[in-house]
Amino acid sequence: MGALKTLWHRLGSPRWFYGMLAPWQFGFGLAAMVLLSIGTIWGLVFAPADYQQGDSFRIIYIHVPTVILAQSAYMMLGAAGFVLLVWRMKMADVAMVAIVPFGMAITALGLFTGAVWGRPTWGTWWVWTDARLISTLVLLFLYFGLYALRQAITNAEAAGRACAVLAIVGLINIPIIKYSVEWWATLHQGSTFSVTKVSMPMQMWAPLLANVLGMYCLFGWVVTRRMRTEVLRRERDTAWVTELIGSRS
Amino acid sequence: MMNLLTGQLAREFLLVSRVRTDVLNPLIFLLLAVTLFALALEGRPQTLQAHAPAVLWTLVLLTNMLALDGLFRRDFDDGVLEQLFLQADAPYVAILSKLIVHWLVTGFAMVVCVPLLGLGLYLPGDVLPVLMLALLLGTPTITCLGAIGAALTVGLRRGGAILALLVLPLLIPVLIFGVSAVNRVVEGDPPLAELYWLAALSLASITAAPFAVSAALRISLEQ
Amino acid sequence: MLFTGLSLRLAAGECVELRGPNGSGKTTLIRTLAGLLPMQGQVLASSVIAYLGHTNGLAGPLSPLENLRWYLGIGGHAADDKSIHAALRRLEIGALFRQPVERLSAGQQRRVALARLLIGAAPVWLLDEPYTALDANGIACVDGLLAEHVAAGGCALVASHSPVAVATRMVELNGERVPA
Repeated sequence: MGALKTLWHRLGSPRWFYGMLAPWQFGFGLAAMVLLSIGTIWGLVFAPADYQQGDSFRIIYIHVPTVILAQSAYMMLGAAGFVLLVWRMKMADVAMVAIVPFGMAITALGLFTGAVWGRPTWGTWWVWTDARLISTLVLLFLYFGLYALRQAITNAEAAGRACAVLAIVGLINIPIIKYSVEWWATLHQGSTFSVTKVSMPMQMWAPLLANVLGMYCLFGWVVTRRMRTEVLRRERDTAWVTELIGSRS
Repeated sequence: MMNLLTGQLAREFLLVSRVRTDVLNPLIFLLLAVTLFALALEGRPQTLQAHAPAVLWTLVLLTNMLALDGLFRRDFDDGVLEQLFLQADAPYVAILSKLIVHWLVTGFAMVVCVPLLGLGLYLPGDVLPVLMLALLLGTPTITCLGAIGAALTVGLRRGGAILALLVLPLLIPVLIFGVSAVNRVVEGDPPLAELYWLAALSLASITAAPFAVSAALRISLEQ
Repeated sequence: MLFTGLSLRLAAGECVELRGPNGSGKTTLIRTLAGLLPMQGQVLASSVIAYLGHTNGLAGPLSPLENLRWYLGIGGHAADDKSIHAALRRLEIGALFRQPVERLSAGQQRRVALARLLIGAAPVWLLDEPYTALDANGIACVDGLLAEHVAAGGCALVASHSPVAVATRMVELNGERVPA
């Protein structure tokens, strides 16, 4: 109990937080580099080609990790928003600031790679009746909303809490949106596509697994890095930051 | 508590009755927008009939965004919300009454007007009851989720565009179920699933929205 | 953190004048004490505070009477038209109770807002520039209200650029404010 309490107090200290994240940032960065290199090279060069789609299926090694992460990142935003509203922990706000742009970029990348994959596979860049495409597009709009709201509110503290409310409302709505879109897509059957659910040989899914894990690590690296920068920016007038910058330059 | 609610409702009705243009403008916009669509589709009865559910529901969403922008603005600018949060033990009662009255003069007004517009777009008469029912069950969700967006953006000088950006993605289920309910009937099937879903969404958002709106307004007052 | 180590004691029977240059944080301090801005520590219960900010807190399309009834209603008090009329008369706008507030002059609107202080019976008044838009007669009127309130054992914190005649004490905010 005592240890938990000290941890709790420490989490409120930006300085401690900044230092604590350093090894995590390094660890995530290293793991991301290793995993993504292995997964990508293995997937693009050594994994066998798909018997139906040929080499074009290899884009899943980029596409699938981005889409998985796009959703995970929004869930983390909702969780951070909850922590910010309930416990007023400022570092949760820092986390939200760090996650939103990355989430937005990764969702856009997911949509783009999906379209690129769709072209040779289904003969079209985009279909309006595919549930997964539409819910990813809606996710992108939710990220846009969070980004725009943060930009529009000048008071940083109020902006953080407003975004927290929005992220929680969005998080509650995501399953409903997903369900409604899926339900609707089944009404318009014939144009829905399913990923070929043949059991992938180990040679194919192992690199995919490496890339998914690697993408999570990349996310961890980007977010910890951005969080540390944000802490420095917010604390720029304090003695410890001046000292830190002074000792570096 | 009941006294507080009736007092608040009375005040909101009084306000609405004093500034009638706030109520009429969105409805006139809706009429105008339907006219634009009818002209853009070159007035062909078959095309209009086929697109009527989609056009009407889309315009209902957009018109609501227009109306919602002003939901808290006057009270925010006049400092009435400050007094509310300082004085009231239960600000969500006041907020709930605001939502109820706003829904009556926009959402419910649309339940009445939109079927008429549907007739203008050559929707067959036997489809209209379901359109009305779907609107009756769907518009409370629009008002409630929209109010959360309005509360978050009330402190911004140009809240309108950002309000739509925040809220419209969340309203996609209402659009999907609403349009689908009407199309089901056109095809001759009972639209039960759609109506149940619209009702469930409304119940959930009516329960949760006053608290979320009240939290959002408090945040906006901090700016 | 806007204020650090700020200590302010407001005793019964005191009217404290809060002074300081523009941007010294008078409004922020008053809003924080009222509970509108977040702070670490305890905020007074809302029932004991009457707050008058830069805005009047009145709905423009409604009349003074309707506005003040609403104010009593949300505070959980019974509607009491007699005390509302008395308060409006005290601020010399007794005849205007039916007019929509937005049709009144700025000074008259301020007087309606000040009438709130009388009907709420809150012991703590937090006033932010109460003299805004008031003429000489109105200023004297506010001073009269303050004097009576303090004599009856209430207390008031008044942020103002013009001197508060009945102030029992003055507090100067001169710390530099760091923009958030």
